[in-house]
Amino acid sequence: MIQKLTLQAELVRKRTLEIIYGAKAGHTGGSLSAIEVLTALYFKVLKLDPLRPDWPERDRFVMSKGHSVEALYCVLSARGFFPDAVLDTFGQFNSPLFGHPTRKVPGVELNSGALGHGLSVAVGMALAARMDKSSYRCYALMGDGEQGEGSVYEAAMAAGHYRLDKLTAIIDRNHLQISGKTEDVMTLEPMAERWKAFGWEVFETDGNDIAALLDCFERSEKVKDKPKLIISHSIKGKGVSYMENIAKWHHGVPNSEQFELAMKEIDSRIEKITH
Amino acid sequence: MSNTVPCRKMFTDTLLEMARKDKNIVVVTSDARGSVTLGDFASELPGQFIEVGIAEQNAVGIGAGLASCGKNVFVCGPACFYVARSLEQVKVDVAYSHYPVRILGVSGGMSYGALGSTHHSLHDIAVLRTFPGMHIVLPADIYETRRLVMALMDYPHPVYIRVGRNAVPNVHDDDKIDFTIGKAIRLAKGKDLTIIGTGETVYHCLEASRKLSEHGIQAGVLDMHSLKPFDAEAVLQAADESGRIITVEEHSMFGGLGAAVAETLVQHHPVPVKILGVPDENAVAGTPLELFRHYSLDAEGIVKTALNWLRA
Repeated sequence: MIQKLTLQAELVRKRTLEIIYGAKAGHTGGSLSAIEVLTALYFKVLKLDPLRPDWPERDRFVMSKGHSVEALYCVLSARGFFPDAVLDTFGQFNSPLFGHPTRKVPGVELNSGALGHGLSVAVGMALAARMDKSSYRCYALMGDGEQGEGSVYEAAMAAGHYRLDKLTAIIDRNHLQISGKTEDVMTLEPMAERWKAFGWEVFETDGNDIAALLDCFERSEKVKDKPKLIISHSIKGKGVSYMENIAKWHHGVPNSEQFELAMKEIDSRIEKITH
Repeated sequence: MSNTVPCRKMFTDTLLEMARKDKNIVVVTSDARGSVTLGDFASELPGQFIEVGIAEQNAVGIGAGLASCGKNVFVCGPACFYVARSLEQVKVDVAYSHYPVRILGVSGGMSYGALGSTHHSLHDIAVLRTFPGMHIVLPADIYETRRLVMALMDYPHPVYIRVGRNAVPNVHDDDKIDFTIGKAIRLAKGKDLTIIGTGETVYHCLEASRKLSEHGIQAGVLDMHSLKPFDAEAVLQAADESGRIITVEEHSMFGGLGAAVAETLVQHHPVPVKILGVPDENAVAGTPLELFRHYSLDAEGIVKTALNWLRA
């Protein structure tokens, strides 16, 4: 399972870079940092049926860091929500795939892209699940730069107040945002303590390691009576050596030489996983 | 005509009546159960009531999440905050994502009178009209309010509803009216001009029409409770029948009812239009009625405008 999902994540990473390269646009760094967490969610954690994206009992996932949409599109397509060929329209006139998620794309629950919105919506979903005595869980993936938005803490407060234990928030903690290091832009630490103070159970994990992520999701789901936060420590630009931990790759697009190099790096890892 | 029940109270009473039978109805509020008159709802149906504290952005986002799971959601609070502080949530989570959340903005327009511009919502129609998919309704009296709540039981679009704070005189005799969201109600047929109002100004339009008849002027009255969808056909018919239009709104004179009417007429049936609304200034201090008088939104002001215009 771990090996299979690790491979899947690398395939998604390749496809993500392909569509960004093809469109000559995209949020590269934050897509690459979130690929393992998205793969773990869509291929293992979430209860879903790609053929019935509106199945009422499905787990809900809200992509609050909507700018990392390229990774989301590639995961959704790989999971069977829509054909792979649709991905090739990314960046073309009148493509169904905008540069931020919209509900026109099967599997997308919320039009997002303005930061600090997704957690409130996931809180609403978790409240609906409680009212209906449904068993589905609700997840929201946020960026770490996104933690600057005050609305995040309105949602955090409400989730703690209502003790929403079917709610899991994830922060893709890659330590970089568009202008540079998150802590230089605005102090976000002590992140775990802040969330604990709002009544959340906080978990921390290597966000680019499928085994660690799956273990973390499993442990978190055992906690009752509290919402859960997973701080997913990741590397911005993960998996492409020259992009890792460099802020300019937030929305940098590789040139042809750089693209070939990235493909080579990923292919060699795929080779290792499959042999 | 006399009435002591504010539209917000009629709204919440009707909603409670519906919610007793329909567990899918959920109310979200932001420490505004008093100003919205949700006390009875909260105590009788706590399982269908969500308090989020003073956090309008969160209220709207939560509303969208609940609606995405099939709930018929009413996010309720002062209009001034819901169409300013949480405007991006209304734009993205509700309108753009097209979840059929109902935003009930109470004490809208200049209801809060002397509290000042922080508490006025004289921009709401102008802003929300430009959000694709967002519908806007301002009921004129308690009967329209009741019919509106009923219409919202299975209405598939997001809707912004604005009502005032104080009780307003009735425009209708009962709730047996032909009320459909998006269809204007013709209260009087005009020959010399037509006065078009929305929300609380409709009563004043009707009064003005009566007073004008004493001057031998036949003024039609169109109750434009829906700003979106907008009943352009009714406006064109009024222009055709009466040849000139006065619009009256408790709103900035830019971008609201007057603008919607003018946009329709200049493109399809140009006739002269006068727009009564609040000019480009922060409203002066006063009670709502004093402010209506000051800005010529009451019957007297409308009559004066009409007479000056017709006799010019």
